[in-house]
Formats: sequence, structure tokens, C-alpha cells
Amino acid sequence: MSRADNSADASPAPPSYLELRDLRIHFPTDDGLVKSVDGLSFRLDRGKTLGIVGESGSGKSVTSLGILGLHNRRNARVSGEIWLDGEELVTAPPDAVRALRGKKMAMIFQDPLSAMHPYYTVGNQIIEAYRIHNKVTKAVARKHAVDMLGRVGIPQPDRRVDDYPHEFSGGMRQRAMIAMALSCDPELLIADEPTTALDVTVQAQILDLMRDLQREFDSALIIITHDLGVVAELSDDILVMYGGACIEYGSTDDIFYRPEHPYTWGLLSSMPRLDREPTERLLPIKGTPPSLINVPPGCVFSPRCPYADRTGDRAATEVPELLETRAGHGGHGGHGGHMVRCHMPPAERRSLWENDVKPMLETT
Amino acid sequence: MVTYIIRRLIAAILMLLIVSMVTFAIFFLVPRLAGATPEGMASRYVGRTANAETAKLAAERLGFNDPVVVQYGNYIKGIVFGAEYDYGPGVEKCPAPCLGYSFITRQPVLNDLIDRFPVTLSLAVGAAVIWVLAGVSIGVLSALRRGSLFDRAAMTVALAGVSLPIFFTGLISLVVLSYGNPFSIFAQGGHYTPITENPIEWAYNLILPWITLAFLFAAGYARLTRAGMLDTMNEDYIRTARAKGLPERTVVAKHGLRGALTPIVTIFGLDFGLLIGGAVLTESTYSLQGLGKYAVDAITNNDLPKVMGVTLLTAVFVIAANLIVDLLYAVVDPRVRLS
Ligand SMILES: Nc1ncnc2c1ncn2[C@@H]1O[C@H](COP(=O)(O)OP(=O)(O)OP(=O)(O)O)[C@@H](O)[C@H]1O
Ligand code: SF4
Ligand SMILES: [Mg+2]
Repeated sequence: MSRADNSADASPAPPSYLELRDLRIHFPTDDGLVKSVDGLSFRLDRGKTLGIVGESGSGKSVTSLGILGLHNRRNARVSGEIWLDGEELVTAPPDAVRALRGKKMAMIFQDPLSAMHPYYTVGNQIIEAYRIHNKVTKAVARKHAVDMLGRVGIPQPDRRVDDYPHEFSGGMRQRAMIAMALSCDPELLIADEPTTALDVTVQAQILDLMRDLQREFDSALIIITHDLGVVAELSDDILVMYGGACIEYGSTDDIFYRPEHPYTWGLLSSMPRLDREPTERLLPIKGTPPSLINVPPGCVFSPRCPYADRTGDRAATEVPELLETRAGHGGHGGHGGHMVRCHMPPAERRSLWENDVKPMLETT
Repeated sequence: MVTYIIRRLIAAILMLLIVSMVTFAIFFLVPRLAGATPEGMASRYVGRTANAETAKLAAERLGFNDPVVVQYGNYIKGIVFGAEYDYGPGVEKCPAPCLGYSFITRQPVLNDLIDRFPVTLSLAVGAAVIWVLAGVSIGVLSALRRGSLFDRAAMTVALAGVSLPIFFTGLISLVVLSYGNPFSIFAQGGHYTPITENPIEWAYNLILPWITLAFLFAAGYARLTRAGMLDTMNEDYIRTARAKGLPERTVVAKHGLRGALTPIVTIFGLDFGLLIGGAVLTESTYSLQGLGKYAVDAITNNDLPKVMGVTLLTAVFVIAANLIVDLLYAVVDPRVRLS
């Protein structure tokens, strides 16, 4: 358990606020080993926002729960490194990680109705979150809870604080969830599909609110979603996840204007836009997400990739590496530039994008 | 809320009236239909010693010649206003609420019930404390260590507890723990000391019946709690509680158990309400003079007024327990609206 044995094979603490190195989260089950996250690395600084995008089952939620140390050590195998503000969390004792949860790192969950306890008032649940990390009286904590509810835009917070979650509307519940997550000024905030359960206008309000609060608190923010549109305006960087691993990483501009991975192209084309009928999908991603037990050999995306034949049998035999395609061409505050996991040579990918894919996206 | 309670109270009273009609019909109408004469009924009422003439007189004076509906009306009138029984040799007074008058013991039934109630209540309260504490904690531990040796052992014992009849477990513990053998640490059955006289002796005399009765219930509660905890510990709000950084103990007790509490509270209210009407088997096994034993003895002695009285009292407890459980339901689960 001592740090000394650990430091032998790990390099010293990195300067980034959060850094994941080769994170793997596997679940042994009766059907086989589920490799939900398989070698994920990224860095994130305070004040910056990272969007993690991917289809259902790509391992987004498992990653975020892993960062918070919420996996049951009895049924999850976690390896790799998670550095938070100079502390390594994978090897840290569970109690040390628990002390950071809710205080240094907090999470906003997808469905605020089921994520809040139905039998306690909204106020009580915020008070509890605050008092566990701050030794204050109930009265002080209650005042803080009312303040927080006011800050996230709940009208008459001093009255609504005593309401139960079921007495709030969906949007208000998500605001209350955010108030709860922010109650101890966390430096890292993870929002797992924060707007999926909400209707479109409320979605926009919640996203605005999160952006404002992030500026105010100067926190590092991770937004997890399966919808690129959600992260377009908020993120500095975007990580595209597929089958438990990163297949493309870059600044938001890279991902939207210079994407190089066929899967990202598919995501972009299936993104609903105001100027397009939402049902119309130009380059739908055919097929189903990969099994995480029997991961396809070679490129995980190859069974669904329209360009798989361009790289010969390499696609089916050799796992492509995540390689930098355009160093330093990142946007504002990106780390590691623009990285893509694909066997096609960068020039070929760019020409495909420019000549085939992009025109199709733009014309309709 | 207030109108809801008033409505429920009216419904409860109607329910009681129906129960009283049915019981009255069973004990007073059915025998007549089966061929019993008014004199025969009266002699059951005043005791078999009465000779034919007294029986006839008693039947007349006690109203057994009246239509059954009138008899029932008089019974209800007695509950509300009290009654006087002029059965020939003398007049017996039975003040309101008169649940009947036993001519065998020459006592208003209510007096007996008041005497017996503390025994049954002591038995029920003590057993309830044990079975709730034991059942719920075993259920929680089983759920948290699902599939472990503890879980499997506890659930096997619980299954036995639910299936074995109480006179069996009662007799076993009576034999093992109380008769002249090395384990005879507890008193044998049949003793009761009021708690007001000597609390230690009270508990000492009741501990065996408590354990016997609690074993039966604890088994059910352990299974119920385990099932509930397995459900709630998978809820999203448990993940939220952990994400706040709460210690696991708080997560389990304050969030998990709280979420599993509704069915436990409901069942407890109903069980307890039924139990304070008399724990027939336990009281009989341990010869405790509670309401359950009273009912059994009354049936054995064919003492109709007593049977009527104790049945009605039990009905009152059960109906009250139902009402309280419904009200508690809204307290336990704020999403429930009473209307
Ligand atoms: N405890 C577990 N045991 C076994 N498999 C698990 C466990 N938790 C998650 N998984 C599997 O890991 C995979 C990734 O799940 P995850 O919830 O991270 O997906 P996601 O990207 O968040 O998808 P969504 O958009 O649907 O939320 C899924 O196939 C899931 O079945
Ligand atoms: S490596 Fe081949 S199969 Fe995989 S994404 Fe690139 S082109 Fe498609
Ligand atoms: Mg998810």
C-alpha cells in the first residue's frame, strides 16, 4: 500500500489537475470478463471542460464512476492510474478516496428523480452533502443550502428547500442536483448526461447554468454525453469513446471541423441540427456497439467501418494506436493535440473528410 | 388530511359493526338455526347448573325469546349505554361499554379483558422489540453479504422459523431452556409478574415466551428486510449518497434501510395489532393468562359472552392497526397523498 512501491513504476505526479493513465475497469461476470474501460488516458486542468462522447455502452459512466472510486472493489477490477491534484486514487485507501468524494470531486447524475432520495427533502439532501465535509451546525448548513438553491436559479429557495424531489419539475430537480454537487465547491465536477432526461429548452438552460457555475468556481468539468451537440459550445476538448477506449481526441474545433476518425464522422452526421430534420441521418453508424466481452480483434470499429477495406486485413488483425495527427494544432488549452486511432494514413483520412464526408454533411 | 381521518374513522366504525354482526350471528343465530331452544341458549348463558324452570325464566328475562335482530340491538345498546341483566335470582349490572356479562364468573367481560390485557401487551411489546431488532439487522446483514455463508445460514434458519409451528418451537425452548437441565436459566411457563411490581421478574418470566414468539416473526422480518435492502441498495440514490462521500454505514442505514422501511412498517403495524388481541398459541404453550388464553378458555367453557367480548376487542385492535398503518404510510413515504 505504501507510495514507495508504487512510485517505482509510476512517474511523478503530473502538473495537470486530473490525469488518467491507461485506466482499465474490467468486470468479471458469468459470461466472461467485461472490459468496460480498456486503456483510457487523458488530462484536464482546472477551469477547462472536457466532453466525453460515445454511444450507449461505450464505457462513459463506468469511467466517471471509476474516477470517483464508486466501483465495488469486489466485482470490479480497476488498474492504471488516476491522478487528482497530485494524489493517485487507484491505489489510495478507500477511506481517503471517500474523503475526496463530494468535496474535491463531485458528480451530477443523469436522472435526477431516481438519483435523489424520495423520502428526504431536497434541502436535507443538500445539507447532508455539505455537513459531511464541513463541521457546521444544521442551521448554518441550511442557510448554505438555500443559498445554493438560489444560485442555481430555483425561485423562492427558502420555501422550496423543504420540498421533496417529487414536488420539483424535471429541470428544477436537475438544478437541485447541481446545487447538491456544488455544495462543497468541488474542484472537479463530472456531469454524466446531465440533460438527457430534460426537454430541449430546459437542456439549454441547464447547460448555460453549468457554464456559468464552472467559470465562477474555476472547476475542472467533464461533461459526458452521447450527443455531440451538447458539448459543442461548452467543451474545450472532446474525447470520443468507442468500445471502452478513446478513438479520437482533440480540441472542440478539431472534432467539429477536422475530424479524422470514421466513427466521429458518423457521430457528427447523426447529430441533430436546427437546419436539418432531426430524423434525417446522412451517415448513420450501421450495426451495433461492440461486445465488451468478445472485443473484435484489430480495430474495434472495423465491423461497422465503411472504410475497413482500405487498410487491408490490418483492420481485423492489428489494434491501431492512438497517435497524434496534428501536434499543437489544438484549440484553447487542449492537451496532447489531436489524436486519432485509425490505420488509415492521416493524409487519406483528411482527404476523405474534405472530399467525401464534409460535403455530404453540409449539403443537406 | 382531517377529512381523510374522519372518513376512515367512520369506515372503521362501520367495519366494527359488521364484525359484531357476523360474530353475533355465529354465536347466537347459528345455534338457533341448528335447533337450540331459547332455554338451551339461556342455560349456556347462565351456566348448566340451572334447572329447567330457572332456565325458562332466564330465557324470558334475558330476551332469548326475542327475534335475533332485537337481541343484537340490545347487545349494541349495552355497549353504548350499559346493561342490566335481570335473570331471575338477581340483577347483574354491566356498565357501559358493556361487552357482555359472564354468568359463569359473574363478571362483566370487560373487567376480565382489562385484567388480561397487560399480560398480552407485555408479551407483544417484548417480543416485538426482539423480533424487529433481530429480524431487521439479520436482514440487512444478509442483503449486504448476499450469497455469503452468513446469508445462507440466516435464510435457512429464517425459512425454518416461518414454517415451524409455534407450539413446536415453544415446546423445544421450554424443554431445552427451562426444565431441570443444565440450560434451565429461565423460569418455566405460567408465571407473570406485573411490570409495575417488579420489572426484573416481569422480564425474567417473559423471556422465553418472548423469544419463542419473536423467533417466528423475526424470521419473516429478516426475509422481508433482506428483499427490500437488495432492491434499495441498487437504487440510483444510493450511488448519489456514496458520491457525496458518506461513510458506508450511513449509506446503508440512512439511505438504504430508510428506503426499505415502508413494507416493514406496514407489516409491523398489522402484526402488532393482531398480536395484542391475544397470542393464542404462545399464551397457551406457556400458560400465560392473556387475552389469547382467555379466548381459548372461553370457547372450551362455552362461555358465549366472553367469546363475543374478546372477539370484538380483537377486531377493534386489528381495525385500529389498519387505520394507523395507513396514516403511517403517508408519514413514511412523503409521496403518498392521503385522500
Ligand atoms: N457492474 C458491472 N458489471 C458488469 N458489466 C458492467 C457493470 N457496469 C457496467 N457494465 C458494462 O459496461 C459497459 C459500459 O457501460 P457504461 O454504463 O459505462 O456505458 P455508457 O457509455 O455510460 O452508456 P450510456 O450512454 O447508456 O449511459 C456496458 O456494456 C455495461 O453493461
Ligand atoms: S482502422 Fe480501419 S476499420 Fe478502424 S476505423 Fe480506421 S479505417 Fe475504419
Ligand atoms: Mg452512462
